[in-house]
Amino acid sequence: MKIKRSMVLVSSDPHSIEKGSEEIYARLVDELKAFNLSDEISLSKVPDIDRIDASPLVIVYPEAVVYGPLVPDDVHYLVEEHLYKGRIASRLQAPTKELSGKIAWVSAREGTLPAEQRIVLERAGQIDPDSIEEYIVHDGYQALGKVLSEMKPAEVIDVVKKSGLKGRGGAGFPTGLKWGFVADAAGDKRYVICNADESEPGTFKDRLILEGDPHSIIEAMAIAAYAVGADEGYIYIRGEYTLAQARLLKAILQAKEMGFLGENIFNSGFNFDVHVHGGAGAYICGEETALIESIEGKRGEPRPRPPYPTTNGLWDKPTMVNNVETLANIPPIIRNGADWFKSFGTPSSPGTKVYTILGNVNNTGLVEVPMGITLREIISIYAKGMKNGAHFKLAQTGGSSGSIIPAVLQDTPMDYESYSKAGVSMGSGALLICSEETCVVDLAKVLLNFFRFESCGKCNPCRIGNQRAFEILNNISEGLGSTKDINDLQEISKWLYEMSNCGLGQTAGSPLKDIMKNFRAEVDAHITNKVCPAGVCQMSGKTASLV
Amino acid sequence: MSNNNNGRDVIKTVNAAVGEFHAKQEELIPILMKVNQELGYIPNDALEQISEAMHIPQSRVYSVASFYHMISTKPTGRHVIKFCESAPCHVAGGKAVWDALLEELQIKPGETSPDGKWTLKTTSCLGVCAVGPVMMVDDDIYGNLKPDQVQEILERYE
Repeated sequence: MKIKRSMVLVSSDPHSIEKGSEEIYARLVDELKAFNLSDEISLSKVPDIDRIDASPLVIVYPEAVVYGPLVPDDVHYLVEEHLYKGRIASRLQAPTKELSGKIAWVSAREGTLPAEQRIVLERAGQIDPDSIEEYIVHDGYQALGKVLSEMKPAEVIDVVKKSGLKGRGGAGFPTGLKWGFVADAAGDKRYVICNADESEPGTFKDRLILEGDPHSIIEAMAIAAYAVGADEGYIYIRGEYTLAQARLLKAILQAKEMGFLGENIFNSGFNFDVHVHGGAGAYICGEETALIESIEGKRGEPRPRPPYPTTNGLWDKPTMVNNVETLANIPPIIRNGADWFKSFGTPSSPGTKVYTILGNVNNTGLVEVPMGITLREIISIYAKGMKNGAHFKLAQTGGSSGSIIPAVLQDTPMDYESYSKAGVSMGSGALLICSEETCVVDLAKVLLNFFRFESCGKCNPCRIGNQRAFEILNNISEGLGSTKDINDLQEISKWLYEMSNCGLGQTAGSPLKDIMKNFRAEVDAHITNKVCPAGVCQMSGKTASLV
Repeated sequence: MSNNNNGRDVIKTVNAAVGEFHAKQEELIPILMKVNQELGYIPNDALEQISEAMHIPQSRVYSVASFYHMISTKPTGRHVIKFCESAPCHVAGGKAVWDALLEELQIKPGETSPDGKWTLKTTSCLGVCAVGPVMMVDDDIYGNLKPDQVQEILERYE
């Protein structure tokens, strides 16, 4: 491979494409040719870098200069100035004060930020996701080759078990154990499913993985299929992620052409094929049994469990369902071994976690850090502190699988064990950081509004409980609360947990439980004194419309 | 009932979608998505035709069509606005933008404007939370929204 002196990345998310990034890419190709630079400069399209304000944009490495928003006519000047003459084309530079966390993260690649560790996002933003060749050059399909030529299925499961990898979708179930259940289930036909129905509010890590490195998921699914004895896989991807869908479909075609999918892969006698199934807008389909119903062409209503999908899943066959981020960990674990993986994170939760940082902080965006880092570190190092020097009040960690984490827990290591001991949950990796300007009643109202909207309606506790809790919170926020409401909210939270059919309903009441436990005084102020301490709620004394 | 929606022939559109997915029952959702994309929504005669072509009871076709947010069983305006009302956008100032949007459109969520130009919908997370508040107009995503930008953005659409 030729040595390149510079790397040029062109943003290629839906927003950038709509704003003409394809044209900019084409002009870059032409201009590099015209200046005779094509051999020394690599050019790649990269996914969403969360800078809609500056897109379409171009980043030039190693200087990490961000240019944008660009129009095609800027390209000639950019190439001449920066790449030919070697001067920064400052008039095209994007405003630095609005740098998002993602850019900070990309430019911090050389370890300028402490504890930055990338396993699942190793390649995202560094390779052209539409090129299988680039994936292969960056160790792609090596793990699949190793598994098929050197390992028995049981050995693969053993490595995953030893690595201590836990599901990254929210529940944190040990991955190797799940694989073992599927492999041991009766019957000949088995399925593997990649759950890419990422819909937890504030979470977009899976989209970045799929858009930036689609082949890693295909490789991981093939490894999983070999391990559990499946020959068919589905990627269930939410309908809104059209770009990720297109990239996956292209990646599957390329993998088939190269013989990484299909019949007799690596001459091992192992067959595997992957289908992409798009969702149609239903949060509940992230629940694995609802997802399976949806693939079968039905309403996405969760099934009673047990039986679990590991024995009775898709078309009633044993089925393994894993989250995108979980799967993205598999090829590196196979390549480097379980001990290598365990060298990251904490003993009970090895590896890394991808977080999306949002809310009242200076830098929003995405980071991948070892398990066990604390919220305080995330906020001060990666989020660059609270906006306007505000105080940190709480963090919300996603949708149904998340918790409201009070500031007193900001020094608790973020791993499954420590968080569960503290009675909170890491959720799906969203970190909505809130300052004292956030009112907990208002926040709980928004969360419950989400659940009442997204409840599938199959079981009563969830369908009625979420609606009723929302109405009560709405009244409290208008100054119409009564002391009985506290009791009612606690009852609803308890019944949601005890009586709902699926995991989503069971945890929908956790915002209620969390605010009662940690912010009771603030709720009481709304009810008893008719005051919203944060100054957010209307407290109008009138019933607001419930639309 | 009209056999012509969005200038397209309903029966032909349905048959093409059903044919593309080989009338497989498990492909009902992609088929509905396709028809919804072509016609803007699933009219009653499309429901009937899908049911007939795929040998699935109409009740089931309707139950699936009405379950998923991206499939509409009601006619929509020329442009569909989806406003994210999840917590990250809310914390980033979504409420003020939402109020500006309601003021500008003068319709309630779920409604279509009398001139048939706009349909306003709220939506759960769109997965671009780092630039909240976010809304989608048709396939265009707008992020980092401020209340005073709403009018200018809406004026871009015919």
